Amino acid sequence: MDFSQDHFALFDLPRRYAQDKSELERLYHEVLARVHPDKHAHLGDAQRRLAMQWATRVNEAYQTLRRPLSRAQYLLQLAGVDVEKARSMPAEFLMQQMEWRQAVAEMSEAGAVAELEKLHRRLKQEMEEQYKRLQSQLDAAGDASFHAAADTVRQLMFQEKLLGEIDDALEATEA
Amino acid sequence: MALLQISEPGESTAPHEHRFAVGIDLGTTNSLVATVRSGMSVVLSDELGRSLLPSVVCYGPQGVLSVGFEAQTHQAVDPKNTIVSVKRFMGRGVKDIAHIETMPYDFIEAEGMVRLRTVAGVKSPVEVSAEILKVLKARAEAALGGVLAGAVITVPAYFDDAQRQATKDAALLAGLNVLRLLNEPTAAAIAYGLDNAAEGIYAVYDLGGGTFDISILKLSKGIFEVLSTGGDSALGGDDFDHRVYCWIIEQADLQPLSHSDARLLLTRAREAKEYLTYHGEAPITVRLGSGEYVDVKLSTEKFSEITRTLVQKTLTPTKKALRDAGLSVAEVNGVVMVGGSTRMPQIQHAVGELFNQEPLNNLDPDKVVALGAATQANLLAGNRASNEDWLLLDVIPLSLGLETMGGLTEKIIPRNSTIPVARAQEFTTFKDGQTAMVIHVVQGERELIADCRSLARFELRGIPPMAAGAARIRVSFQVDADGLLSVSARELTSGHEARVEVKPSYGLSDDEIAGMLKEGFTHASEDAFRRALREAQVEAQRLLEATQTALAEDAGLLSMLERAHIDSCVARLQAVLVGDDRRAIDAAMATLNQATGEFAARRMNQSVRRALSGRKISEIQI
Repeated sequence: MDFSQDHFALFDLPRRYAQDKSELERLYHEVLARVHPDKHAHLGDAQRRLAMQWATRVNEAYQTLRRPLSRAQYLLQLAGVDVEKARSMPAEFLMQQMEWRQAVAEMSEAGAVAELEKLHRRLKQEMEEQYKRLQSQLDAAGDASFHAAADTVRQLMFQEKLLGEIDDALEATEA
Repeated sequence: MALLQISEPGESTAPHEHRFAVGIDLGTTNSLVATVRSGMSVVLSDELGRSLLPSVVCYGPQGVLSVGFEAQTHQAVDPKNTIVSVKRFMGRGVKDIAHIETMPYDFIEAEGMVRLRTVAGVKSPVEVSAEILKVLKARAEAALGGVLAGAVITVPAYFDDAQRQATKDAALLAGLNVLRLLNEPTAAAIAYGLDNAAEGIYAVYDLGGGTFDISILKLSKGIFEVLSTGGDSALGGDDFDHRVYCWIIEQADLQPLSHSDARLLLTRAREAKEYLTYHGEAPITVRLGSGEYVDVKLSTEKFSEITRTLVQKTLTPTKKALRDAGLSVAEVNGVVMVGGSTRMPQIQHAVGELFNQEPLNNLDPDKVVALGAATQANLLAGNRASNEDWLLLDVIPLSLGLETMGGLTEKIIPRNSTIPVARAQEFTTFKDGQTAMVIHVVQGERELIADCRSLARFELRGIPPMAAGAARIRVSFQVDADGLLSVSARELTSGHEARVEVKPSYGLSDDEIAGMLKEGFTHASEDAFRRALREAQVEAQRLLEATQTALAEDAGLLSMLERAHIDSCVARLQAVLVGDDRRAIDAAMATLNQATGEFAARRMNQSVRRALSGRKISEIQI
C-alpha cells in the first residue's frame, strides 16, 4: 500500500471539490469489500494486519472526502494553505454570528421551537450559498482563490458549529 | 455473455473443508448458540431440545458448578452463590451498578471491575461469563462433532471498550477463538436483511434483559452499513422487573426483605411482567419466608404508568441516533424489534408512535441476534459461497479521547466513526524540562473528564528536556474491527524515540488470564494438551490452504526466488503438521506468515486496482 497516495488518488478520483456523492460511495464500497478485515479473517496474521491497515486507510479517505467541509479543508491542506492562518473574518460576519448565537441561547431558554427552526432554515440556506461559492473558489485555478476558499472554509466552520448548537437546542426543548 | 471469473482474495476456488463456526448471543437473561448448516442459520439446542440457556451460574457446595436451568433452581435457595445477569457487571465497578443494594451478592470493589465473593472463591464477572460460554461451546462441539474454528460473540452496540474487552477475555477463558465481537443490533439486521432481502434505511430497536441499543442502518445490495448507534448499557427488562418489585413492596407494605425473599419477589415481578404481554391484569400472590403474604393485582395501565420513564429513556437515544445519522423519522423504511423485552405492549406502542409505523416483529426477538451472528461467523471462517457474500460496516458507539489541561476531554475519534479507524493528534509539554507525560484515555461524550469513562492511564517517559511547548508528542488511537482500542504515543522532535503502546485492560491482566487458563488446563491437562495441538493443526491447515489458493491465483506476482522461499516454508509447515510438537507448528506458521507478507500486500494492491477499474464486484463474481 502506498501511504503517500492522497485520498483522491486512493479512489482514482480527480483532485477537486466537485464530486459525485453516489459515485464516491460506490467506489468506497467496492474497495472496502476487498480490503475489509472481515474478508481476511480466516487468513494468516500478516494478511489480517494488512487488511486492517488498508480498511483504516480507506475509511479515513472516505470520511474526509464525503463531507463537503472536510473535503474542502483537505484540498486546502494538499495545496499547502493553512486554514487556521487565514485572514481575519469580516466584522459584519462575526457580528451576525454573535447575534445569532445569543438568539439561540434565548430561544432555547424560552423553548421557542418555531423560531429555532426558522433560524435553522435560514442558516442552512446561507450555508448552501457558501458551499456553492466554495466550489467555484476551489475548482478555479490560482493561489488567490485558494486563499478566498480558506476564508469561506473558516466561516463555514463557524456556521456548522452554530447549526449544531441549534440542533442541540431543538433536542433539549423536546426532552 | 461470459464474464471473466476473478475470485476475491482469500476465497478458495477449490472446494475446501467446511469449518465449524458459531454465533453466540451472550445475553443478560439468556444465552444462545447458533450455526449455519447447509446454508441455513439454526439455533443449537441442548439434549432436552431447549435452545435458550439461562445466563445463570451457581457455585454450589463442594465445588459443584451448575449453569443454566439447573443453576436457576438454586436462585431462591442460595442467592449469594447463584449469579444472574452477570452481563451487567462486565467491565463495571461497584459505583456503576444500579440497584446494587438490592442484590444478594457479596461484592468486592477491585481495580477496573467488581468481583464477587462466592463459596468457590472470589470470581470476576469475566470468569462467571466464561462458565456460560463453556457450556455453549460444549453444546456446539457436541452438535457439530468437531473442533470449532471460531465464534462470533455479540455485544450490545453501546458497550464501551471496558465491556467489550471483558467479553473478549471471557471467550478467551472459555477456550473460544473469537472471530469477531459483533454488535447485537447489527447481528439482528443481518438476519433480518438477508431473510427479507431488505433494502433502505432500517432502525433496529433492541431492548434486552439489561441493555438497550438503537442502531440505524443502511441496507443495500451486499452491504450492511451502520450509520449511527446509541443506547444505554444499563437499561433493560431487569429494570422493568425492578419497578414492579418496588410497586409490590409498596402495595403490600412489606418489611425489609431477606435476600431469598427479594429474589423470590423479583421472580414474581418478572412473571407478572411477562403475563401482562398477553393479559390485561396479572395476579401476584406469594408467601414470603418472613411469613408475610402478598396478594395484589397489577393492571396493564398501572404497569405502563410505573414504567413510563423507562420507556422514555429508550426514546431519547433513539431520536439522537436518527439525528446523528442525519435522517428524519419519515426516511426510515422499517423498525426491527429485537430482545425479549420488546414484547411489552407499551414498548411496541411507543416505538410505533415515534416512527409512525408498525414495528416489524416477524423474527423471534430472542433468537435473531444469535442467528445473525452465526451467519457472520460462517462468513468469517471462510465458508462463504459467492452468492452469500456481503459486507458489514460497523461504528464505534462512543467518542474516544484524551484528558487535557484542566480536566477537559479532547476527542480524538468521534462516536459513530466506521471501524476500523485510526486517528492521531499531537500534544505538547506544559512545563520546561518536562520529561514525562501522563496519557489518560477516556471514552464518552461529555466535556469533563470526570463524566467520561476512564479506559487507561499510562506514562510516556524519556522525553528529552525542552522548553514548555517545544516537544511534539503524537498520540495515535487505533480501533480494530471488534471495536477495541489500542493507543500509542511517541515524541517526534528528537531523534530519540519514546514510545508506549497500550491496550486498555480492565481488572484482568494478561498474566491473570494466562493463570486462569493454566488452572483450567491442570484439571484435565492431557485433554487440554491434545485440544491445543488439534487447534494448532486446524489453524495451520487453514493457513496452508489459504497460501495454496493465493499461489494458484497470483503466482505471477512473485519472483522465482520469492516463490522458492514460500514453497520451502510451506514444506516445512507440512512436515511438522503431522507430528505432535505444537511449538514447532506455531513456529513454522509464523515463518510462513512472514514469508507471505509481501505477497499478500501485492495481492491486496492488485485487488484494489481491480475494484477501481469500474466493474462492479457483482459483475466480476459470477
